Amino acid sequence: MAVDKDTVTRIARLARIQVPDADRAPLAAELSNILGWIEQLGEVDTEGVAPLASVVDMKLRWRADAVDDGFIPDKVLANAPDHHDGFFAVPKVVE
Amino acid sequence: MTTLTDLTIAEARDGLARGAFSAVELAEAHIAAIEKARALNAFITETPARARADAAASDARRRAGTPGPLDGIPLAIKDLFCTEGVLTTAASRILDGFRPTYESTITAQLHAAGGVMMGKTNLDEFAMGSSNETSHYGPVENPWRRTGDNRPLVPGGSSGGSAAAVAGRLALGATGTDTGGSIRQPAAFCGIVGIKPTYGRCSRWGIVAFASSLDQAGPMTRSVRDAAIMLGAMSGFDAKDSTSADMPVPDFEAALTGDIRGLRVGIPKEYQVDGMSAEIRNLWDDGIAWMKAAGAIPVEVSLPHTRYALPTYYIIAPAEASSNLARYDGVRYGLRVDGETLDQMYENTRGAGFGREVRRRILIGTYVLSAGYYDAYYIKAQRVRALIARDFTEAFKSVDLLLTPTAPSDAFAQGDKSNDPIAMYLNDVFTVPASLAGLPAMSVPAGLSSAGLPLGLHLIGRAFDEETVLRAAGVLERAAGFTARPASRD
Repeated sequence: MAVDKDTVTRIARLARIQVPDADRAPLAAELSNILGWIEQLGEVDTEGVAPLASVVDMKLRWRADAVDDGFIPDKVLANAPDHHDGFFAVPKVVE
Repeated sequence: MTTLTDLTIAEARDGLARGAFSAVELAEAHIAAIEKARALNAFITETPARARADAAASDARRRAGTPGPLDGIPLAIKDLFCTEGVLTTAASRILDGFRPTYESTITAQLHAAGGVMMGKTNLDEFAMGSSNETSHYGPVENPWRRTGDNRPLVPGGSSGGSAAAVAGRLALGATGTDTGGSIRQPAAFCGIVGIKPTYGRCSRWGIVAFASSLDQAGPMTRSVRDAAIMLGAMSGFDAKDSTSADMPVPDFEAALTGDIRGLRVGIPKEYQVDGMSAEIRNLWDDGIAWMKAAGAIPVEVSLPHTRYALPTYYIIAPAEASSNLARYDGVRYGLRVDGETLDQMYENTRGAGFGREVRRRILIGTYVLSAGYYDAYYIKAQRVRALIARDFTEAFKSVDLLLTPTAPSDAFAQGDKSNDPIAMYLNDVFTVPASLAGLPAMSVPAGLSSAGLPLGLHLIGRAFDEETVLRAAGVLERAAGFTARPASRD
């Protein structure tokens, strides 16, 4: 599957990464090359094989529904680039 | 007495117990070594004050008669482990200035065992790379040089700073993380020991995530015994990691009996890849002969889907990375680059904060997870992953262990492969299959290439059977008698 410049623009938008226009064509070539190499998986017969999401043969554990953390707003906000009144601050999103 | 920086962890443990030297003296020797070796760029952050305080506390514990299993041992920590109050970067600009307000489970365990933290080691950005050239903080240099050639070589990656620190005598051991080979390949390139334990053996909590179904931490040391000692301190159940294995931790050091008589060692024929160099082939043959001489039984086995492991990995790992790295949004920590709108702020921050390889992998991951491609790429890769795991299950019905080379070559020069992503990815051809299957695997230094550089042999074991891997690694280590060391870098 060849990736073109428009596809790079689209997936960069999906990934929320600003990609300078000059980088898009070279990136399209790089990604096409990598995806072309990956396509060899098409040779493998996977009919009836269940997808493996985790190698761990376990059920997710349950724990008691009890509060065991919290009340640390200063720690939570300690690395925030911007915060006000105990909240993370971001550019205005509502007019 | 040998220089304090030349000791193994086991020797230092004995010397400290005997009172031959103090933890403070051991720490000072390593602080001085780190200062002298800054040209290697092995550390992103040196923590000499912390090391001195840790060491003084260690000496006090010893006087009180309550030393831990790693008390007073100078350790380097890959800068992917969150350390409370200490800059944690993942070698990325996007984590600029990040000082975690919590401690990763593994570094907390090492600290509780008495370990002395010397600093945070350099790595490929977000652990994505096999040469440590993608770090925002610059490449790490391998302490080794080719015979008669002074060009700087890569230490491998992604745990390149950890490998260089241990090989360069800047710490007695280091933590690494391994997603597709990031402990084992740099260990091989730098002439040290590295083990990736079974997925679930060591807690992932507080380690910056790359590909969560593959990421696993492990020790990097100068001897197999040291790896066993350090792995014991790093292992164990952690309720904060949902895939942590609730299993007892064996006494790994006690597994080093040296007795592998009757052990069936599988030699996977598919690892004899096209273009394998004669010296790698010879090293592998040496390994087989050493195992046989020690009473093990080599058996040829087949892992038919081996050649599909790398392309499978390069779907699954970027897919998980694109999801994991969505958290770097300029809101909660690290870099923010302003924009008119919230979306523009996200895009500007992530555009400026991620390096080229990380951006490339996020874009691939986003693509293979996007509507219309999800089944063709991601689900397909998960199905092939199941077949790769099944290959191992089948092989382990007839053998106890697998023996392969660790990497297809010795260390290469900086810049040699940085413009060809696929050539770079091929470094992990022998390490990725065990990662996909979640199996314990280990690299042991086993010889020198014609250029005078270290080469490693690779052992893969059954899930949660690190003991057999370590025992066989001990036999290989003794047979190989690897005593070469990097040229002095004064």
